[in-house]
Amino acid sequence: MTDQYIFQGTEDYIVSKDLQNSVNISVALKRPLLIKGEPGTGKTMLAESIARSLGLPLIIWNIKSTTKAQDGLYVYDTVQHLYDSQFGGQNVSEIKRYIKLGKLGEAFKAKERVVLLIDEIDKADLEFPNDLLWELDVMNFYIPETGETITAVQRPIVIITSNAEKELPDAFLRRCIFHYIDFPDPEMMTEIVKVHCPELEGQLLAEALKTFYWVRSISGIQKKPSTSELLDWVQALTIGGIAPEAISQELPFLGALLKKNQDFDLTLRQLHTRGMENPTRTSKRGW
Amino acid sequence: MFTNFFYQLRQEGIPVSLTEWMTLMEALSIGLANSSLSGFYYLARAILVKSESHFDQYDLAFQRYFQGIETPEQLSEQVSQWLANPLPEKLFSEEERNELLKKLGLPDWESLRAALEERLRIQDGPHHGGNTWIGTGGTSPFGHSGFHPGGVRIGGKSHGQSAVKVAAERNYKEYRRDETLGVRQFELALRGLRQFSTRLEGTKDQLDLDATIDETCKNAGQLKIIWTRPRKNAVKVIVLMDAGGSMVPYARICSQLFSAVHRSSHFKDLKFYYFHNCIYDLLYLDASCNPRKAIKTEDILQSLHSDYKVLLIGDAAMAPSELLMSDGNIFWDIGNTEPGITWLKRLSQKFPYHVWLNPIPTAYWERGHGYQSIKMVQEIFPMYELTLDGLDRAIKKLMVRK
Repeated sequence: MTDQYIFQGTEDYIVSKDLQNSVNISVALKRPLLIKGEPGTGKTMLAESIARSLGLPLIIWNIKSTTKAQDGLYVYDTVQHLYDSQFGGQNVSEIKRYIKLGKLGEAFKAKERVVLLIDEIDKADLEFPNDLLWELDVMNFYIPETGETITAVQRPIVIITSNAEKELPDAFLRRCIFHYIDFPDPEMMTEIVKVHCPELEGQLLAEALKTFYWVRSISGIQKKPSTSELLDWVQALTIGGIAPEAISQELPFLGALLKKNQDFDLTLRQLHTRGMENPTRTSKRGW
Repeated sequence: MFTNFFYQLRQEGIPVSLTEWMTLMEALSIGLANSSLSGFYYLARAILVKSESHFDQYDLAFQRYFQGIETPEQLSEQVSQWLANPLPEKLFSEEERNELLKKLGLPDWESLRAALEERLRIQDGPHHGGNTWIGTGGTSPFGHSGFHPGGVRIGGKSHGQSAVKVAAERNYKEYRRDETLGVRQFELALRGLRQFSTRLEGTKDQLDLDATIDETCKNAGQLKIIWTRPRKNAVKVIVLMDAGGSMVPYARICSQLFSAVHRSSHFKDLKFYYFHNCIYDLLYLDASCNPRKAIKTEDILQSLHSDYKVLLIGDAAMAPSELLMSDGNIFWDIGNTEPGITWLKRLSQKFPYHVWLNPIPTAYWERGHGYQSIKMVQEIFPMYELTLDGLDRAIKKLMVRK
């Protein structure tokens, strides 16, 4: 067993038992871990935390809409090669000089085990995950230009995050361990906020959280505020020196929580019509 | 083992494949479930279920399969006395585990349960370090701090909540796909509308290797680099949405589709207009259908190229007169010299790629309100139900010329 790698979270990243299990399962089974969840629930932070907790280096491959699977393996700098052969001076017969390894290639080549984060895989083209199936499965790839095969020295721990902008292909999903990060409940949220703002007053936090979950529960909100927005907001409240009692009445610095003016109007309307006197209206789970 | 659980999951509609099932078996055999039911719950879910929209079905299947297997309270009390003075936790090396695994095999849940019941009946006191009785530090399937490949942990360190209880909470109900139709799903469906082409305007920033070689040769070996444009989506779309009174019951689904269309940034061009029950001389720029904020339908037909794909959304349920008569427009103050059906036909002839999405369920098309007009519209436009499924099929239709 790969018992030497047991992930237990780090002090600045609160992790649920459930997620901790999923990470350890994927490490033990040597399969990529696919993380989904609402934006702002700390998907990207997870990889950093894993790397720090296990003491391994982290390699981040940020996926953009133009990223191709090939970019992660290697890039053959044709133009440089052509120019060099035109103007001479360099040893152009050595193609290897013009092969630059991508992030995946780098992770394979690394001497020690690394954590590879493939961030926001759903940003890329629909075919992108399929193009990586083989490489993630057998952990090697072939460079036809040099006739070289790059094989992983140490199988990296692969973490993949997705915002569900596109459906991922079934063949790809079959090879992954899947985890959906739930939105944290108030108790866990309290812990999370405390980790980030340890000097925060208890009463202020309690009031802020109450209001935060109330805003999230308003039906028809288009972009629900997330953890990272709550953290910004709490900081704004502290700096602004807002009295805890005023938070639910006046909703100060609401702009830190809500990013759409429709949501803004809706929330203010709700505040005026119904007020906050009856927060039990919201469901049992608060969100 | 747990083979019936596999079928239970498939019965609930979770697309579990054999590959994933084998992975789960592998995970169980290296002890990743910690020999506890809640361990098994999370382990199996992480490996078998790949979308949060299936979590609810998973919970249901789990509940059904594992119902009633929790240790009853009074039973565990007696057993905990037997386990009162445990042996220190015994750690088994991988070789030992494998050997035990080979020797003992993975029992199936049913026989394990029967065996546990039997032991509970005949066991009289504590037994530690052995391989049969409920105890600690041994290789019996029951007890804790020992190892058995498919055993049941009784007492000892607990891992989280009871799994059956977690499953029974059904926390993931709201993620179900067949119940919620969100903007996101519509967006996903709309992404099917794409056709790549390089013949578009845009910066040339990709190296065209073949052309470069050709040109370099023609240039007597002097390097000449040729750039080309990257491929881009060439699909252009016109969306026409009914904003009439009969559409009010479907306002929610329409507004979701509306936001999905607007958030889809991958179209080369997107035109969005409204009409009221049927299309006449004017198309409106917003849902209020104010004639002052409108453009002439004629202009659209004239100015837009016929490679636009037309997506009509409406219930198509109206009085036949609205469709067939001149001056049939439901707004009395806006006359129309030509009947609506003529305009619909013109639209369909000008733009050969067209579909009609109808929020009324298909079952009511032939006998519900407005069945006559639905039938007539169906003769002009291929009609699909406004569901995720219908949208998928409509989009496939839009991609091919009929």
